Amino acid sequence: MSERVSETEPTTPVGTNGVGTAPVAAAPAQATAGIVSDPLVEYLIRHGDDRLVLGHRLSEWCGHAPILEEDIALGNIALDLLGQATSLLGLAAEQEGKGRDADALAFFREAVEFRNVQLVELPRGDFAVTLVRQFLFDAYDVLVTEALSRSAHAPLAGVMAKAHKEARYHVRHSGEWVVRLGDGTDESHRRAQRALDDLWRFTSEPFLMDDVDRAMLAAGIGADLDALRPRWEASVREVMTEAGLQIPGGAFVARGGRTGRHTEHLGHMLAEMQIVARSHPGATW
Amino acid sequence: MVDRRRPGAALDPAALARALGDGWEPESLDVPSDSPEIPPQPLTADAVWAALHEVPDPEVPVVSVVELGIVRDVRIDGDALTVVITPTYSGCPAMREIERDVLAALRACGWASARVVTTYSPAWTTDWMSDATREKLRAYGIAPPGAGRAAAGETLVTLRRRGTAPERVPCPFCGSHDTALRSAFGSTACKALHFCNACRQPFEEFKPI
Repeated sequence: MSERVSETEPTTPVGTNGVGTAPVAAAPAQATAGIVSDPLVEYLIRHGDDRLVLGHRLSEWCGHAPILEEDIALGNIALDLLGQATSLLGLAAEQEGKGRDADALAFFREAVEFRNVQLVELPRGDFAVTLVRQFLFDAYDVLVTEALSRSAHAPLAGVMAKAHKEARYHVRHSGEWVVRLGDGTDESHRRAQRALDDLWRFTSEPFLMDDVDRAMLAAGIGADLDALRPRWEASVREVMTEAGLQIPGGAFVARGGRTGRHTEHLGHMLAEMQIVARSHPGATW
Repeated sequence: MVDRRRPGAALDPAALARALGDGWEPESLDVPSDSPEIPPQPLTADAVWAALHEVPDPEVPVVSVVELGIVRDVRIDGDALTVVITPTYSGCPAMREIERDVLAALRACGWASARVVTTYSPAWTTDWMSDATREKLRAYGIAPPGAGRAAAGETLVTLRRRGTAPERVPCPFCGSHDTALRSAFGSTACKALHFCNACRQPFEEFKPI
């Protein structure tokens, strides 16, 4: 893999491991927060953070879902995502080689250091928002996990091959719910359509490729997001048609999560998610 | 508690681990392998597999961690023993427990320095279960995973069209196929929830993956 150096940003020394450690152009200065220079570490953290944040959002339903089966289902899916996040952040910490682990990355980073897409950090909203968001993510996730299961980075490929099997269950579940809600009562249709309208502008970000994505793709490690997008659109369109929901227009694309620019919601979520670990550092139970 | 693993073990290390609680690490269980209470057995692959066959899955205790395919490999290099395990699901909360149980079983055989490592590749699949294991699950009241179903289906989102018959999982109690899926996500990550219209019983299915 050829080295790519930013013209405007000073690059910091790369990690100690042998795989994919060439420096790439750094993210915009205001968003780097001095965290990562190894694109592989960055890449692992991005995919880990998507799962950590969405898993936490889903777990907020525990004990509150409208029916018991769904309470259990959302908890199950959250568990899958958090398990995947643990693996991916663990790999990132190992690759980084600074003595951090998955817990340190989850509980002792600030919002600007998180690299998840903004779609997953939005509040859980009502049940329709949760399930429409979940489907929009799952339809992406089932594709990206499949692509990354062929990654040249064997540990990433292993985690993603496993995640892909789980994602297939997730997307079926959330897809069926989108149809049920969109094609259900007037009330469920209205709420599902409103959720889709509100969330749509966040659905491009997962497919935007930057220097990190391109470096990882060139190294055979990362996924070609440009190639996945048409497949995502086709499956989302099919399900929305079945559900009787209208995909909104509008050109505005929310972006920034991959370089640490987040909505205000992430900070609030992290405050709750991290407070126990930060109040009692080193505690075990 | 009843130690199902090995008669004659003076101290159940798993119980000890639970009693010790905070900060317990597998290493802390290590005692010298020449401990008089536990004469070490000869370290052979067959003996290790036999010991692991006695370790029940904590959530489905009718089958062992070997039968479920969680134990992937046994590596012996001189005196060093490494057991490779893989999770059924990424977030399976029983993995830590399984690791402890495996170490405890090996300890009971006198292989105190055994290590357990976790691998994610190849990803666990229900296709690894033998017919005998599937029958054990069914007899226990859990519908076994359908053979080959794990690999089936290439479409991204498989929605059921109106009027098409959904997939029916036979009831493990009465054998009827007049059943309905209640939820693809059951009491544990690896199970789905069904209902039998014939015998009016809810039942779980070990879902194919």
